[in-house]
Amino acid sequence: MLGILASIIDGLLVGLVYGLGAMGLTLIWGVMDVINLTHGAMMVAGMFALYLLTDAFGLSPYAVLPPALIGGFFAGILLYWIAIHRMIGRPPLMSLLSTFSVNLVLIGIGTAVWGTALFNVSVSVPGLSIGRYTFPGAHILAAVLAAVIAWLLYLFLHHTRLGKAIRAVANNREAAELVAIPTTRVLAVSVGIGVALAAVSGALIGTLFPFTVLSGDGYQLKGFVVTVLGGLGNPVGALLGGLALGLLEGLVAPFVPVSWTLVIEFTLFVLVLIAFPRGIFSSRRGAL
Amino acid sequence: MKAFSAILAIATITASPVFAADTNIITIGFTASRTGPLNVDSLGQEHGFEFWRDEVNGKGGIQVGDQHYQVKFVSYDDQSVGGRVQQLYTRLINQDKAQFLFSPYSSGLTAAAAVITEQNGKIMIDSGGAEEKPFELGSKHIFMVITSAGHYLSGAVEALKEKNPHARIAMVYSDDPFSKTVLAAAKEQAKQAGLDVVMDESYGPSTTDFGPIVNKVISSNADAFLGGGHYSDGATLARQMYEQKANLNWISILVAPADDKFAQLGSAALGVTVPSQWEPQVSYKPEFGPATADFVKNFEAKFHQKADYHAASGYTAGAILQHAIEKAGSLDPEKVSQALNDTDVTTFFGHIKFATDPAHHGLQAAHEMVLAQWQQMNGQLGRQVVWPAAARSAPILYPIREASH
Amino acid sequence: MLRRPFFWIITAVVAIFAILPVLGNNVDLRESLIIAALYITLASNLNLMLGYAGYINFGSIVFFGLGGYICVWLVSAQRWPLDASLLTAGACVSILALVFGLGILRLRGAFFALATIGINEAVQAFVENFGPWGGSSGIYLSQTIFDPLGGAAQALWAIYFLMVLVMGLSLYLSYAIKASKFGMGLLAIGQNENVAAILGVPTPLYKALVYSASAFLPAIAGGLYFLKSSFIQPSDAFDLTLSTEVIVIVMLGGQGTVTGVALGAYLYEDLRGYLLTSETFSHFQLVVAGVLLLLIVQFFPGGLMGFIYRQFPRTQKVLE
Repeated sequence: MLGILASIIDGLLVGLVYGLGAMGLTLIWGVMDVINLTHGAMMVAGMFALYLLTDAFGLSPYAVLPPALIGGFFAGILLYWIAIHRMIGRPPLMSLLSTFSVNLVLIGIGTAVWGTALFNVSVSVPGLSIGRYTFPGAHILAAVLAAVIAWLLYLFLHHTRLGKAIRAVANNREAAELVAIPTTRVLAVSVGIGVALAAVSGALIGTLFPFTVLSGDGYQLKGFVVTVLGGLGNPVGALLGGLALGLLEGLVAPFVPVSWTLVIEFTLFVLVLIAFPRGIFSSRRGAL
Repeated sequence: MKAFSAILAIATITASPVFAADTNIITIGFTASRTGPLNVDSLGQEHGFEFWRDEVNGKGGIQVGDQHYQVKFVSYDDQSVGGRVQQLYTRLINQDKAQFLFSPYSSGLTAAAAVITEQNGKIMIDSGGAEEKPFELGSKHIFMVITSAGHYLSGAVEALKEKNPHARIAMVYSDDPFSKTVLAAAKEQAKQAGLDVVMDESYGPSTTDFGPIVNKVISSNADAFLGGGHYSDGATLARQMYEQKANLNWISILVAPADDKFAQLGSAALGVTVPSQWEPQVSYKPEFGPATADFVKNFEAKFHQKADYHAASGYTAGAILQHAIEKAGSLDPEKVSQALNDTDVTTFFGHIKFATDPAHHGLQAAHEMVLAQWQQMNGQLGRQVVWPAAARSAPILYPIREASH
Repeated sequence: MLRRPFFWIITAVVAIFAILPVLGNNVDLRESLIIAALYITLASNLNLMLGYAGYINFGSIVFFGLGGYICVWLVSAQRWPLDASLLTAGACVSILALVFGLGILRLRGAFFALATIGINEAVQAFVENFGPWGGSSGIYLSQTIFDPLGGAAQALWAIYFLMVLVMGLSLYLSYAIKASKFGMGLLAIGQNENVAAILGVPTPLYKALVYSASAFLPAIAGGLYFLKSSFIQPSDAFDLTLSTEVIVIVMLGGQGTVTGVALGAYLYEDLRGYLLTSETFSHFQLVVAGVLLLLIVQFFPGGLMGFIYRQFPRTQKVLE
């Protein structure tokens, strides 16, 4: 019984980190109707940033987070101008393929440079032991940091001018332009923030699990599951969706062989898409 | 498009090997996992091949009748992907005109390659894939020089029974043909030895997080562990079991602890046992080829790394093929196959003899595994051979965690 | 249809594929052409969804993989003859596609695309756990299955010709649909689904039909491919990379055109063959695919055929 509880708690902790990543995905979608298929690659970029910076400069793993955020932000802006800008207003097929192609390029370069070798960043944070089970300290810290960053994002979106401008554009782009909001700049910044979130969640995941260049695919799919659960365009929903996914993983693990978890997740994903195309927690379309 | 095709044609021609009609050459083809999750182990095998090639060419080449043939390799990177293996072996046979083939590394890739070599009637020597299945499909020209998967953990089970006849075993292994065969056989052997198997679960080969599964091991109250798969999962399992304080008295992990890199795990490596095809401490008396000590010394001098069993098996693949060609006095696949069927020799790697009945043709019938364990020797971590008693270089350390608590 | 020149162009291509490797018993050429034929098959059938109806199927590979599994399982576990297994695999996968389609074809645009990825991943994860199909170890075929055909060497030629036949059927199918009322309805859906519905196009029915139709030949191609490989496992059968490459090919050649897709497939396969063994470039396969796709999507959405049509407007009448 305690084993199941331990599994659930661990799942919730990790779920918060998934949720953080999905917030980036859902923000971009909400603001400009583009599903960012480079999300996974950006998470991997965060993981590698963690590895390279701790390896080369001996930084503490958690000190890598601010550079990951900032680096991710500028990478996002670059991504906007390369792949997204010309796709705004065009059929969704095109923007999907556009971000998808950038993803291919990034993964291709990644495998060319690092192959598919496994990388590991050792993080020693004292864990919490209850009975026979230990909650790794890294899991707890990652969950706390994810929650903090999510809180900061919420404050940004609701209490700063730029944040409000972003929400305005998400709500109605033409109207926003009418009130002289510089929409292109807002769109670029939104992608920047979205990618920054992907990168930092990747870095956090890097402190928890080993990774390869190809790990991004798996986490991106989880990101989709979370985003769909929480409602596309709804960052708070994304966090809740992450918790839900983590809860599901934690509940399932003690009872079925670990290999069935993926089947259940993806089937759930397809079912939720069919039943709730706008997500379970979504309110009005485009409301952030 | 014409220009493109022309460029392509030129590139293909210049990239193909030029066949010199006057020097006698035997072309041997293979793929290696130079990138991809299997590259750590594959590299050892490839070095073994190269070491043999350089040695045999240095002595004048392989003798066929009264001619001498130099050995030439053509090889590609299969990136640890089965689909590529088949395309590349097809290319090796049809374009590069390889006369004999070596296997890639790992059972899955070897099975993929075996299809192509059998379809084309070419001999392939298997030093990297231990699973029996490809040999049970009516093959005629594949030959395995290593011990097959079904016998991998029999020594570990016997050793465990000697130390604790009431052991409770958790089996957690990679869901790939090799690991599944090994553990299925081990389960049978454990049951027959009267040991309790309290957990039997596989994980997807691409799993990176073993936290949940280690928790299940703890919940099962097991005190012995058998499992793993290849290098990365085995190493991660060992580390996470240590970090999560799984408190096991016995751990046997496949493949990973046989690599010197495993020492990097420090305390997590202590006491972990691994079935090995060969360790530098064994002392078989070879009928031909180098003695163990010479092989170890010369290999290390050449490649600046210790010889492990992948290298030894790679070398043996070449040596056995050479022996068969020379005995047959011909390069014809049927004659060489017959010579391989008749092979019954001992090299530094062990006793080599192939099964010849149609249901198991080519399976290794004589070679045996040893069990190695990581122990502290003079303040450093190193592998000792602990089983069978005849090959032992140190006593078994049991229970393994006493040393660290 | 027999009077249209394009029909004969397709026939000529099929004939060339069939005859060329036989001259001189060129096994090497046959091996590269069979891959080209496979790509053309997959791309033409994807084109039905992507190019005509405007629905991206990211997980089209699931038809290929399932077809392969059903066929291989029937041959090995049930000992069925090869031809019956191939046809049954095709039929089963089409029906399955119809069932999946009923669920996910209500979704539009990006949601549909995501759902197709989800289906592919769910099916792969399921097959990895499915004991009777070998789980993640897969199924091995003994070469004795080729005995009725006279051995492996002969069988490989038979498989090749069948693949060329499947390729030809795919091309004819694409062309026939495009020239029919059904095809016009699909193209209307691709332009603007709501308007098409208002104008009387039975959109749910047409979408379901084309989704199911686009599954049949790839499933058979999967059966052929995995019979030849004599070895199937989930990671090869449901490899998203192949799906991706097929999308790139359709966009490269010109979505919605029959010629473009075939041309794109052939060129891409050439490129890939080169990248396969080049030490420096073998890892850049994805990068090349990605850059190509990006350039096409940003600057040449019409692909190769779009370019050719603009330069030589007359070809639009002949080359579909």
